[in-house]
Amino acid sequence: MADTLLDIRGLNVRFSTPTGDVHAVKGIDLQVSKGETLAIVGESGSGKSQTMMAIMGLLASNGRAEGSAKFQGQEMVGLPLGKLNQIRGAKITMIFQEPMTSLDPLYKIGKQLAEPMMQHRGLSAKAARAKAIELLKLVKIPDPERRVDSYPYEMSGGQRQRVMIAMALANDPELLIADEPTTALDVTIQAQILELLAELKQRIGLAIVFISHDLGIVRRFSDRVAVMRTGEVVETGTVADIFANPQHPYTKMLLAAEPTGRKAPPPDNAPVLLEGRDVDVRFSMGGGFMGGKKLDIHAVDHVDIRLKEGQTIGIVGESGSGKSTLGRALLRLNHGTGAIRFGTDDISEASRQEMRRHRRQMQLVFQDPFGSLSPRMTAGQIVTEGLLVHEPQLSKSDRDLRAIKAFMEVGLDPATRNRYPHEFSGGQRQRIAIARAIILKPQVVVLDEPTSALDRSVQKQIVELLRDLQAKHGLSYLFISHDLAVVRALSDYIVVMKSGKIVEEGSTDQIFDAPREGYTRELMAAAFGK
Amino acid sequence: MLRFVLRRLMSALPTIFIVVTLSFFLMRVAPGGPFNLERPLEPQVLENLKRAFLLDQPLVVQYGHYLWNLFHGDLGPSFIYRDFTVAQLIANSLPYSMTLGAWALLVAVFGGIAIGSYAALRQNSFVDYAVMTVASFGITVPNFVLAPILSFVFAVVLHVLPAGGWGDGGPKNLLLPVISLALPQLAVFARITRGSMIETLRADHIRTARAYGLPTRVVVIVHAMRAALVPAVSYLGPVAAAVLTGSVVVETVYGLPGVGRYFVLGALNRDYTLVMGTVVLISVFIVVFNLLVDILYAVLDPRVRYE
Repeated sequence: MADTLLDIRGLNVRFSTPTGDVHAVKGIDLQVSKGETLAIVGESGSGKSQTMMAIMGLLASNGRAEGSAKFQGQEMVGLPLGKLNQIRGAKITMIFQEPMTSLDPLYKIGKQLAEPMMQHRGLSAKAARAKAIELLKLVKIPDPERRVDSYPYEMSGGQRQRVMIAMALANDPELLIADEPTTALDVTIQAQILELLAELKQRIGLAIVFISHDLGIVRRFSDRVAVMRTGEVVETGTVADIFANPQHPYTKMLLAAEPTGRKAPPPDNAPVLLEGRDVDVRFSMGGGFMGGKKLDIHAVDHVDIRLKEGQTIGIVGESGSGKSTLGRALLRLNHGTGAIRFGTDDISEASRQEMRRHRRQMQLVFQDPFGSLSPRMTAGQIVTEGLLVHEPQLSKSDRDLRAIKAFMEVGLDPATRNRYPHEFSGGQRQRIAIARAIILKPQVVVLDEPTSALDRSVQKQIVELLRDLQAKHGLSYLFISHDLAVVRALSDYIVVMKSGKIVEEGSTDQIFDAPREGYTRELMAAAFGK
Repeated sequence: MLRFVLRRLMSALPTIFIVVTLSFFLMRVAPGGPFNLERPLEPQVLENLKRAFLLDQPLVVQYGHYLWNLFHGDLGPSFIYRDFTVAQLIANSLPYSMTLGAWALLVAVFGGIAIGSYAALRQNSFVDYAVMTVASFGITVPNFVLAPILSFVFAVVLHVLPAGGWGDGGPKNLLLPVISLALPQLAVFARITRGSMIETLRADHIRTARAYGLPTRVVVIVHAMRAALVPAVSYLGPVAAAVLTGSVVVETVYGLPGVGRYFVLGALNRDYTLVMGTVVLISVFIVVFNLLVDILYAVLDPRVRYE
């Protein structure tokens, strides 16, 4: 093609590690034409980011690239640093997945925007500042004359990502590489950023390589799609072709990975298991014994909630909406106020000792499958630790038997129970966390974003596991998530939270099919692109 | 900011009070006194001396008296150097200690940061390993070992530098004491800077800077160095304290007329007021230095704000 901008041929990326080489990208071919948007889709570890890092000369120090990647005829692989620095930041720019940390926290954003312009185009500091303000206006940062002197910490994640986009556009590049630019953002912000990118693409006519694990976003946003798996491109095609007529089984699997199904509500006369009335949680930050200003945060603002036996309530909302805090308050894990009943017992004022009796019936699974398991205990020890407290009469071999049963129940090979958490994948770790909760035969499990850190295909498996366990043991779930697709598949009742308050609640069908509140509609639109 | 400084200084008063109280009583627990000489004094003379210095009063009265005077800025007369007040002795010796300490601190901070950054940029190279081995050596060898060895090698064996004494206070006289005092701290700074620099170089915002084609020099000096300095700066407080206490040893070994030497002489001779004077001086100095560290923090990192 005459208008090929980026031509990748036989690109390999290898990382040398103490346990041997890791072949992250295995001789792939990819082309990007002028003005087109190519989406590279794949799950974690597929090599989609490393392909682009290799072209930009940004591989970690133990990584090396071989093969060919020509940008406008210029070979990028093995290009000396001086030459590379004339291209990156000028003709090819990049935005990253981590808006919170991608900007230098110690400098004002105006200076960071100006730096590449002064570097590549020789602008004076004054001219670059003027251009920076113009760019902030372009990416719709309100009050750009003032915000140009803000530090990154004074801006939200969405605003920081806008600043990154402004920086990427500063030198009128030919190619923009967007590496999961919206993954770390809330859905409504995500939709705004994507809208901005689409609009700018049309106006400026630059080519975009859009790296993502989220097929829903890709569909709305790109012209062509390349699907990557374990370092190889398994399929490429136009968006229409890939979605309508996928060829490769892996592509089909990815497309089918969206969690499906709905849960039937419990019978109307099902008894209420966990009830919170007028739950209220405040945090105060700052201040000390020498004085200083205090900042009060009203995390949960007088909320009522009732969980019936066999019910799954999905609590949805964006970060900071108070959904996790509410979950913890109901388990009496923070210092919230309000009347909380568990079964027939009033536990609002129960002491730590008294709560211990109830704890085995109320379990918690966390979002982070990496941080929530002790790295110094084996999986088996982690799963059976609760038994030491709640069933101290069990012998070591009894506990081991229970561990084997629990492992089988969550679909893990019991033979792996003597391994340590780092030897498991993210999805397997989440299964361990679930086994740890289930082994105690609880009645209520609070699931705090249990699938958010996982790939879509793994997410689907975990959703199915949770569903099976619920049917088998008659569990009740409080399912906290910002991921509406997963919530829809698992819950029969939805509570929508914003700034500590319940905005809307109702059955899943009602909320998803006929949302009443503007905020709920906004969430739906952002998540499903309606 | 001004309010923060004032509040911090006010909150340091209890600390200094506790230090003064503890030192006052601990010193009195130590056997002997300022007038226990090898040839005992006539009982009548001793009696008069004790009365003159209030040593015949109960301990609590002496303590109250000392606090009262201290509150008015009076450190009292020296028991041993009878023609001088403690304030005069400190005023005479402080310039020497300040010169020595300032040089040692400069060498430790700038030398350590430079060496540590260099090692970080050449991580896992021969240079890195060499630098860090020497740094470990610097940390493990205390200055009371290092100072005599340096003095022996350069003065006694090689005859290139004087073994001690202030002389004209020139580089020849200062070189060995400054090195003895600075080296252990330089080693610590090098290690801290290396560690935080390696971490910073892996940070996302450094990747951004590189992705936007900024030259390595700008990436390292403008973006990485400033972030990497924050942990090093927080170590300035302990270093200032270490340099102060280290100067006690170094001044003694090299026979320099600084505050540290008076501290040692005062302690050996049970010159109560002299020891107390140096203790007060050192604690005030550490408080002020920690405050400077906090202010430097705010300068380096805009996220740090003091009310």
